Amino acid sequence: MITPQPAPATGPFLGKLSLDALPLHEPILVVTFIAVAIGGIAVLAAITKYRLWGWLWRDWLTTVDHKRIGIMYMILGLIMFLRGFADAIMMRLQQAMAFGGSEGYLPPHHYDQIFTAHGVIMIFFVAMPFITGLMNYIVPLQIGARDVSFPFLNNFSFWMTVSGAALTMISLFVGEYAQTGWLAYPPLSGIAYSPNVGVDYYIWGLQIAGVGTTLSGINLIVTILKLRAPGMGLMKMPVFTWTSLCANILIVASFPILTATLTLLALDRYAGTNFFTNDLGGSPMMYVNLIWIWGHPEVYILVLPLFGVYSEVTSTFSGKKLFGYTSMVYATICITILSYIVWLHHFFTMGSGASVNSFFGITTMVISIPTGAKLFNWLFTMYRGRIRFELPMMWTVAFMLTFVIGGMTGVLLAVPPADFVLHNSLFLIAHFHNVIIGGVLFGLFAAINYWWPKAFGFKLDVFWGKISFWCWVVGFWMAFMPLYILGLMGVTRRMRVFDDPSLQIWFVIAAIGAAVIAVGIAAMLIQFGVSIWRRKELADESGDPWGGRTLEWATSSPPPDYNFAFTPVIHSLDAWHDMKKRGHQRPVADFRDIHMPSNTGTGFILAAFCLVMGFALVWHIWWLVIASFVATIAYAIFHTFNYKRDFDIPAATVAAVEDVRTRHLAAGA
Amino acid sequence: MPTKLSPSMRPCSPAKAGVHHRPVLFRSGRRWGPAFAGTRGSSKTGWAWKLPLLAALPLLSGCGLVVLDPAGDVARQQGHLIIISTVLMLLIIVPVMALTVFFAWKYRAANKQATYKPDWDHSTQLELVIWSAPLLIIICLGAVTWVATHMLDPYRPLARTGPGQAIAAHVKPLDVNVVALDWKWLFIYPEQGIATVNELAVPVNRPIRFRISASSVMNSFYVPALAGQIYAMPGMETKLHGVFDKTGTFDGFSANYSGWGFSDMRFKVKSLPAPAFDQWVAAAKASGEGDLSRAAYLKLEKPSQKEPVRHFAAVDPQLFDAVVNMCVEPGKMCMHDMMAIDAKGGAGIAGIQNVRSVTYDKFAARGTGSLANWSVRYVAALCSQQMHSADRPDARPVNPAPLKGEGLPHPNQAPERTALNAVPRQTS
Amino acid sequence: MSAPTITADSITAVADEPVQFYDLDEHAHPEGHSTMLGFWIYLMSDCLIFAILFACFAVLGDSYAAGPAPKDLFELPLVALNTAMLLFSSITYGFAVLQMQQGKVKGTQLWLAVTGLFGLAFLGIELYEFHHLIEIGATPQRSAFLSSFFTLVGTHGLHVTFGTLWLVVLMVQLGKHGLIAANKRRVMCLSMFWHFLDVVWIGVFTIVYLMGVLR
Repeated sequence: MITPQPAPATGPFLGKLSLDALPLHEPILVVTFIAVAIGGIAVLAAITKYRLWGWLWRDWLTTVDHKRIGIMYMILGLIMFLRGFADAIMMRLQQAMAFGGSEGYLPPHHYDQIFTAHGVIMIFFVAMPFITGLMNYIVPLQIGARDVSFPFLNNFSFWMTVSGAALTMISLFVGEYAQTGWLAYPPLSGIAYSPNVGVDYYIWGLQIAGVGTTLSGINLIVTILKLRAPGMGLMKMPVFTWTSLCANILIVASFPILTATLTLLALDRYAGTNFFTNDLGGSPMMYVNLIWIWGHPEVYILVLPLFGVYSEVTSTFSGKKLFGYTSMVYATICITILSYIVWLHHFFTMGSGASVNSFFGITTMVISIPTGAKLFNWLFTMYRGRIRFELPMMWTVAFMLTFVIGGMTGVLLAVPPADFVLHNSLFLIAHFHNVIIGGVLFGLFAAINYWWPKAFGFKLDVFWGKISFWCWVVGFWMAFMPLYILGLMGVTRRMRVFDDPSLQIWFVIAAIGAAVIAVGIAAMLIQFGVSIWRRKELADESGDPWGGRTLEWATSSPPPDYNFAFTPVIHSLDAWHDMKKRGHQRPVADFRDIHMPSNTGTGFILAAFCLVMGFALVWHIWWLVIASFVATIAYAIFHTFNYKRDFDIPAATVAAVEDVRTRHLAAGA
Repeated sequence: MPTKLSPSMRPCSPAKAGVHHRPVLFRSGRRWGPAFAGTRGSSKTGWAWKLPLLAALPLLSGCGLVVLDPAGDVARQQGHLIIISTVLMLLIIVPVMALTVFFAWKYRAANKQATYKPDWDHSTQLELVIWSAPLLIIICLGAVTWVATHMLDPYRPLARTGPGQAIAAHVKPLDVNVVALDWKWLFIYPEQGIATVNELAVPVNRPIRFRISASSVMNSFYVPALAGQIYAMPGMETKLHGVFDKTGTFDGFSANYSGWGFSDMRFKVKSLPAPAFDQWVAAAKASGEGDLSRAAYLKLEKPSQKEPVRHFAAVDPQLFDAVVNMCVEPGKMCMHDMMAIDAKGGAGIAGIQNVRSVTYDKFAARGTGSLANWSVRYVAALCSQQMHSADRPDARPVNPAPLKGEGLPHPNQAPERTALNAVPRQTS
Repeated sequence: MSAPTITADSITAVADEPVQFYDLDEHAHPEGHSTMLGFWIYLMSDCLIFAILFACFAVLGDSYAAGPAPKDLFELPLVALNTAMLLFSSITYGFAVLQMQQGKVKGTQLWLAVTGLFGLAFLGIELYEFHHLIEIGATPQRSAFLSSFFTLVGTHGLHVTFGTLWLVVLMVQLGKHGLIAANKRRVMCLSMFWHFLDVVWIGVFTIVYLMGVLR
């Protein structure tokens, strides 16, 4: 029997914070903390020793360059991915152990935090930064722009995302994280049933990151609508840009809902209002509705950009135009709109009645029509092509074979009577990992392998890439097929211990699968390391290593700060392919000054204030809440008094950079 | 028509202790197709459906797939629906996967013999096919979904206990009121006047009508062998109808995470022959736990884990309604009273002060220490009308007759033939 | 599957014409040319937040928890006065924009100041109303209706507060730099923000107050 600890008393100076908040009694956390601390100190020492602080601050932390911000997003995603995956391994281990009276090695207090954190981190701080980073890096290049529309806002958005992630990570060592599941349904997440700080960390971490996500969504929409190169009509936009546009529209049209919903939950917890409480007229099920009105579009926010990636990759590596561009675009738009009228399929079991349930079930199935059409389009892009099985294409084929299964089980879950037996079961877990790993992660790996040479000027190592690929694919099926079977055996999710010993073998297989995935991740990290080590051999001077078709391949790798010395003029879809085919001449003289935004530390500083405010809110340190709030507002106002936010890159500098490129191209030819 | 079972259908490991294992998936095949079409079962119509199903059999070779091999009519139809839907979708999934592999192999760069058409990017006929093929599948699946969702609506009283076994008009379903507590299950049998904790016993072949609620947070009441799940929510009542057609002991649990003790929120479900059920009731009445009064309920309600099975010999007949209305605590206003007052425009300015603090902190064990005052307040009772609803009929009786044709709504059928209304309705 | 027809004539080149692939005589985008679009999209996202709060009010607005209802609490004359304040402030903001278009810094500042005063009057009346409600015990904690009422109206009030703060900052910036392009853009953004709040208030006034009292 586990005795919960009482909520700590509130003091005037430190709020609820006291030494008891440090989880010194949890050996796993203590060891993790020591490891993190040693690692952190080592990194800081290295930066100091090699005098990199200035470089770090000037060139990276304060940068407004969409490419650097994109890379920083990817690094954030990668770091958080390791944390989220560590959670996954711990869960798999616990579930493989806790049979026949064994309690496993995790008490409920810890285990319940792990599955909550795993979900939150993987969605908000892994998948979101990865796709935002990808869109940030690629979209301006694909549309022939020099940067995004609001470069400072871009920097601010990034640091707000980092602040949210940081607040979530702080909960590991100070206090606790939510023990509610990743969507924190009330009444369980209400103050009456979760009186400690876990849910508060959840709320403020997501609120701070949510600001960043919404603003970056607005930024990218405006960028795509306003900054396209001359001649690029909407129907000449690359498919990745199209899917990014739709994903960002979804972001702007859904994240405010999350913000509002979490604000109401926060009001319930902090101000004692009765939105989602049991008593005094509250309605917990309203939260469930609201959170899924955000939550379902979120799924498509994640996967749509990757659909774009698959389109680019299939077309490039089949050496062919994309089949059915127009229907691809309309399919994307259909998915965007439909994703708003399906949310109730996440809780058929609430008892809404047969007509409501079947409406939402059928709308959900309808989404599979445009999705199916997309799959066929990729298929017929491969048809009569010359397919080169480089790593991005391998990931794409793996996606096509994996995702259809996930899609099928998804439609199955959309049949309400089937959902009544499969809801919340491990079948559901297997389904959404099938679409998120098979759809989102595989696409990200395809994208990383595809665009890495663009970002860094050298290709990724193929050997380690293949090892990673096979470990991932095999590990994925090993880890999640057993969950499908367990779901059909009536095993539900978020269980910490099990009675029935006949289930154990499946959990053991799943745990082994997770271990194989771990090898895949390790291989990927080795792939990055080896590639950086061998960057001279893997170098690509042409800027177009794959025979690309879209504009990002028209410039050097990595692209100069200003992306394009002269803005390209677009005459057809697959603009770069068109330029190559018709023998374009790259201008080598008469360069002009290029107007660019200046770096600024404001985004970093504001986000830091917000982080402090979030921490203070979590712990009820009211004086610090007020102080950091005032500081945030004051600094933001101060920033608006700075009217000089741009500078010119002199034509001479542009000429020098472009001359290097000219020499490289000549040497390569 | 007896159906042969493929070897792969047989359980491949010893059955779970106590759990009934019979590879019965297709024994009722004569009924499942028509069940969704809404016509009386005939063995002829089932035939054509079966062929693709045989292909799906290897999928079921796993052991103890209770979802596909349950012990109740409703769950069995749900399991069949999973198979039908899967087969329908495989019609398109399999060709896509096969084509993916085939194209990937055929048009590999090394194969210089293959046709290469780098600028071919459009074909109206092909576009028509790739949009209409999924559309057709979804139309079929959508039709199946619409009918099945209505037929298998958990709120719908049952019309049969199995294929071809209609429920006689005089059979009244067994009422079981379910309360999800932290972290155990309370089952109240209004007809028998008993209550149990973490054990559910029901007579086989008699339809069961569950009324489900919760005391504090959301759970989901799920007995996979019986009839799907439905949320158990505080202050709300959900319904579920099911029937066992086999005896045995099955698993039940909460399928929605509800806090630290969630994992152990499990119970055994005993499907018993009628005489054995009566014996079980008699034994429960003789047990020493005594009466489940409101006071006893408030004690039981406090969070606890791994509760042993308990039987209460008697139960306050108003208890379940008080739970649903969240007014078990003495002096607390019931939800139905509150809603009645609200419907008349609230209790005015005077109503503002009609709020009390709870007498004890019932959630202490969850760690409540320094809550602000308001979060443990509630509205005090003004005057409460007693609800006589131990046998309250469904608010809107559902017609259990099979759906016909497009099926909805039932034309001109009065609900007088339903099992529920066969019993003289009590006025409330 | 039917055999696909293959169109062989998809060669795009208009062969001999010299095609220009780069914009050699480029003019930089005017600074801030997408700000208005971006700000408008932001307003739409803000609008969604209000939409959710309205939805909550629609769902919870009659859950009085045996407490007071709108007809017991709201004084329509006061709210009408409040509405008038906000509507007037929108008109005066319009005057400020007219002055700006005529290039008159002082006039712009003056009308912005008048707008701000109306805004403050609005906030003052709202705070008076809130204070009165809380004093008689009709606090946000009393019922779900009051929770959603205070949150919806309070969120709007918070927006007006920040709008007023922005107004003050903008007046200072106008004084410092005059009607430069950046400042004109800011005046227009705040204008959209201010009118947007006006539109939201029309919704609040109608749905919360009028329909509430009539219910």
